[in-house]
Amino acid sequence: MNIPRFLLLVGWLATPVFGAPPVPGQAGASVEFNRDVRPILADKCFHCHGPDASHRKGKLRLDDRDAALAREAFVPGRVDQSELVQRIRSRDPEEVMPPPDEHKALTESEKVMLERWLEQGATYQRHWAYEPPVRPAIPAGVDGIDFLVGQRLAAIGLQPAREADRRTLIRRLHADLVGLPPTPAEVDAFAFDTAPGAYERLVDRLLANPHYGERMAVGWLDVVRYADTIGYHSDNPRNVWPYRDWVIRSFNENKRFDRFTLEQIAGDLLPDANRESRIGSAFNRLLLSTEEGGAQAKDYEARMLTDRVRALGTAWLGQTTGCAQCHDHKFDPFSARDFYALGAFFADVKELSVGRREDGMLVLDQAQEAKLSELNAAVARAKQALVAVAPALAVAQAAWETAFAAGGAPLAELRPGAKAPVADVRVARQVAATLQKAPAARTGKEVQMLRDYYQAKVGTLHGAERDALATAERARKAYLEDLPKCLVTESAKDRRVVRLLPRGNWMDESGDVLRPALPHYLPQPPSAGRGLNRLDLARWLVSRENPLTARTVVNRWWGHFFGTPLSRNPADLGTQGEMPRHLALLDWLACAFMDSGWDVKQLVRTFVTSATYRQSSDATPAQLAADPDNREHARQSRFRVEAELVRDQALAVAGLLSPRVGGPSVKPYQPDRYWENLNFPPRDYAADRGEEQYRRGLYVWWQRTFLHPSLLAFDAPSREECVADRGRSNLPQQALVLLNDPTYVEAARSFAARILTEGGSAVEPRLRWAWARALQRLPRADETALIQPLLEAHLAAYRADPAAAAALVATGEAARPEKIDPAELAAWTHVARVLLNLHEFITRS
Amino acid sequence: MNSPSFSAQTRRAFLGRTTQGVGAVALAALLRGPALRADAARGVVHPLPLPQKVKRVIWLTMAGGPSQLETFDPKPKLALMHGQAMPESFTQGQQLAQLQGQKLLCHAPQFPFAKFGRNQTEICALFPHLGSVMDDICLIRSMTTDAINHDPAHMFMNTGAQIAGRPSMGAWVNYGLGSEAENLPGFVVMISTGPGRSPQPVAARQWSSGFLPGRFQGVQFQGRGDAVHYLGNPAGVSPAQQEADIRAIIALNRGHDALAHDPEIATRIAQYEMAFRLQTSVPELTDLRREDPRTLAMYGCTPGDGSFASNCLVARRLAERGVRFIQLYHRDWDHHSQLREEMPLKAKETDQASAALIKDLKQRGLLDDTLVVWTGEFGRTPMAQATKGTTGRDHHNKAMSMWLAGGGVRRGHVYGATDELGYAAVENICTVHDLHATMLHQLGIRHDAFSVKFQGLDAKLTGVEGAKVLTDILS
Repeated sequence: MNIPRFLLLVGWLATPVFGAPPVPGQAGASVEFNRDVRPILADKCFHCHGPDASHRKGKLRLDDRDAALAREAFVPGRVDQSELVQRIRSRDPEEVMPPPDEHKALTESEKVMLERWLEQGATYQRHWAYEPPVRPAIPAGVDGIDFLVGQRLAAIGLQPAREADRRTLIRRLHADLVGLPPTPAEVDAFAFDTAPGAYERLVDRLLANPHYGERMAVGWLDVVRYADTIGYHSDNPRNVWPYRDWVIRSFNENKRFDRFTLEQIAGDLLPDANRESRIGSAFNRLLLSTEEGGAQAKDYEARMLTDRVRALGTAWLGQTTGCAQCHDHKFDPFSARDFYALGAFFADVKELSVGRREDGMLVLDQAQEAKLSELNAAVARAKQALVAVAPALAVAQAAWETAFAAGGAPLAELRPGAKAPVADVRVARQVAATLQKAPAARTGKEVQMLRDYYQAKVGTLHGAERDALATAERARKAYLEDLPKCLVTESAKDRRVVRLLPRGNWMDESGDVLRPALPHYLPQPPSAGRGLNRLDLARWLVSRENPLTARTVVNRWWGHFFGTPLSRNPADLGTQGEMPRHLALLDWLACAFMDSGWDVKQLVRTFVTSATYRQSSDATPAQLAADPDNREHARQSRFRVEAELVRDQALAVAGLLSPRVGGPSVKPYQPDRYWENLNFPPRDYAADRGEEQYRRGLYVWWQRTFLHPSLLAFDAPSREECVADRGRSNLPQQALVLLNDPTYVEAARSFAARILTEGGSAVEPRLRWAWARALQRLPRADETALIQPLLEAHLAAYRADPAAAAALVATGEAARPEKIDPAELAAWTHVARVLLNLHEFITRS
Repeated sequence: MNSPSFSAQTRRAFLGRTTQGVGAVALAALLRGPALRADAARGVVHPLPLPQKVKRVIWLTMAGGPSQLETFDPKPKLALMHGQAMPESFTQGQQLAQLQGQKLLCHAPQFPFAKFGRNQTEICALFPHLGSVMDDICLIRSMTTDAINHDPAHMFMNTGAQIAGRPSMGAWVNYGLGSEAENLPGFVVMISTGPGRSPQPVAARQWSSGFLPGRFQGVQFQGRGDAVHYLGNPAGVSPAQQEADIRAIIALNRGHDALAHDPEIATRIAQYEMAFRLQTSVPELTDLRREDPRTLAMYGCTPGDGSFASNCLVARRLAERGVRFIQLYHRDWDHHSQLREEMPLKAKETDQASAALIKDLKQRGLLDDTLVVWTGEFGRTPMAQATKGTTGRDHHNKAMSMWLAGGGVRRGHVYGATDELGYAAVENICTVHDLHATMLHQLGIRHDAFSVKFQGLDAKLTGVEGAKVLTDILS
């Protein structure tokens, strides 16, 4: 344990003297390298004076104290004698640093900070994320999150917000834990549950809900760039959806995050590898691939290697590795050698560099297993039957061969005027050629070919047996066709040769051949006495010594539950990332997560049961001004829900949503010709019918090059690259989707039908019913006053134009209750549509 | 995305915004403040460091990789060597695409060239209309690229990088300069395909905003049907009813805002207003029926046919309305085979309309501040490829031809040259980064100072290798 640092940490947590976290820039405060100096050096200096040796100027590096001193860059404690100060203060354009043409001029406060740092002795620290996280002590009986957030709020003079009301809390928990709105009954039950522990009981209930896994999967599927298609060029389909279900199942079963990691990276190599772990290993196959005819295999081999390293960097390490594909990282210690050596871990993954992916492993449930073994047995029986008559067939075949050799008629396919398919003619030619050979001169393959040909085309004996076999085989093949399959990882004996590619150039084969190795600047596992493999890599990722994985994962999930990750860019905890202002909190969470045995549900529970989480998200203008992005967590965040959840909310409220968990991806209504620029082959889009049309958003067919436009409009990523943090834009296309996409029009129409059949018979009770359903609250008087005339106007218009009413209520294929007057249904469809379009409806607050 | 520069928010609805970023308060103030119009068009590059020569770009992307030898680069020597072995001095040790390791034979230019314009510039006779505007064009015969497969080559041409996830140039330009279009997106993409073969696919990532916020993403206008997805009202909903619903949505959102004080709500309201305006402005924009019949004849288009010609005319209309970046794709230039049969078809589909676009912009005074760019994603080999059907040419990245026209670009000029067989650019070699740097320069942006923090780097459209502005082609 790092005792001095630990004591220091506890010191500033507990002692009033150090109680206020130092505010950078304040005169007299002590300068902390990681917090105050490194960001400046990283931004303005490391580009030329950092870890990348090939780009280093004047042989000077400022990221390493000894190296900087060796070049006499500065004299600790002596500002006046430090060349660094002279250079940053110089007015001579030839001398001043950074050089003007780099466009990285230092601000005055940055110069002052560098001077104070030198004055105070120019102490360096390792970058915070490469130091092991240390668990800060939390007073007994106090919530860790609340204690650490509260410490900082007190120091900067902000007050936490009050607890949100119960309606908001249950909406928030439902959005965050299951991604579906609560029913009015659930809201009421929670609102009136006055017994202690009502909140915790709700949390536990939701964590046990099968939709929890779906909700958690959304973020993970972004991180690993899960999609139904290959991504490059033709962007053809591939079989991976069982992996998506594996992710859902893993969250639902609370698979520990370390096991979750092992199965994905090395599910095939585990000592207890099983079907489940092998499905997890589909992770290694989620990258982009191509079937482009004539594409260069080496080009794509390099692309796939780099794709995998970037994925590790984004999903587990919080390291941006992409730059090291071409050169040593300019700011982090990650080198090009680290990059390719990390890629070398995957050199055993069996795959084509260019070409169609294989069908993958069969993933069967019990019924499918049973059915398949029945079909297998039927084939075996039919074969047996044929074997029984084989001697007779052999005799007949020999007679046929003799007759042919004696100058019998040519084979049917080769007769003049025969119109056999080209492939059949080719086979017939080979057969004819083989028949010319002496039996002893025929190869085993040729003998088999003759037998097959004879039995299929010539012999008339035992037709029933042969037909029975063909039928059994056809039945099995047809059944296999539609069975679930998943690309999984198989380890090949022949590993691909991995070279360091100079400047990332796959045409350059001059680089060193590399064995798998872990990034040199991170703690290494004890030598295994053998070469490292993927399982070693996976174990290293989730080892206690790895300072990055737990922080990366916890940081990302913090963003899901609180709005913004603690370190803002969850894909980069390196020097160019953001030093979290709540570093102690991030470390406490990371340690608690590891100490719990990587228990994800426990972590989620820790998040959502904190008072910090339960705060109101209402912000006064003063709060907004003080902390516009809510980085201090003196309130909760409010944000528009993810693309998939926008769909889920609408379908759920409409009563259309299928509750089924898992299964093949589905195709909702989509604009005509949206896929017209796909090719090899051209693609038709056929929207699903029935229940499949109403599945949750995460099951929508993920076509990488042309993702469904409604998902795209709400920032769902194409998943061509790993995405740790989706944007949340606010665009006019979103309005067009909610207003005009048939999915949402149909949802409005179905919701309207529910309002009319379940919401009473008068307007006001119906509005109350509708509001409670969609927004989990009752309409305000001004809202009712606004909606009533709208409803009346629409009703009058549709009474006058029954054809228009009929057209509107015909949208979508969901059943229409026959008893409802179409004009009334159409008018209420508008009311429902207004509700489904409200900002409040798609916002988690 | 953590650049504080996004605080320069505007009301312009297509500029949307993310909920992240320090702009929340600034935006709220902007929305309520009186200064909002004045600030509306501003991008992050402000003030512009360079004189702005052009305000907008129309990029004609000939997807598939047109052959320079059948378009703009005459090579009589290649004709003389037709059928002979390609001299090894050209190709030894070099990476080819599908021809790698195969027998390499010279393949003569398949069509005659003719002289056009006051400088008697030679271009392929299949392009007489472009010939007629030769005096307005700057032809580059020494373009090169890094990639030799379609997908990466398109990404490189559009984003300056070969991997997905980088912003397309249209996104960069809107990010830098903002939009001048009131009721339209700042980056519009249209795709056409002639009748013919089975063209290479084009992926939506080519107009992605990458790591820039989603509002900078290109919006694809469809050539047929609704130009923008979900633009039309649902069946049975009249425009008046649509407006009534939107008014109600806005009113309810306002009521919610009064209680919640969420700046996102104001943005949401603006987006609904914009969506409604789009529902009328886009159909008006894309409806070519009211264009002068002479104009239609000049382009050679029939309203509603979704052809390249129609898209060129729509591009002019977009330019008139202040759209910053307009990119037209015309597919099916991938002539591995049937070059002789196919090239005349592609020429016919694009020649007249490309030239008409220049003439039309010129007669309306728009050419002076518009940059028109015509290019594929790579060139093609002087060697024959004959794997199927009649002969064609393979992908090639060492030589390609392209042209620019418009504001600040030399007119009637030819820049750069390839070797005598058209294999490699040898004089004034240009890279894709140079092209991007030059385009940004004309827009008033210094390419080497135009960056966004991404993955620990100051990511630039023009990469880290250094790019040069092609000052010799500027007037």
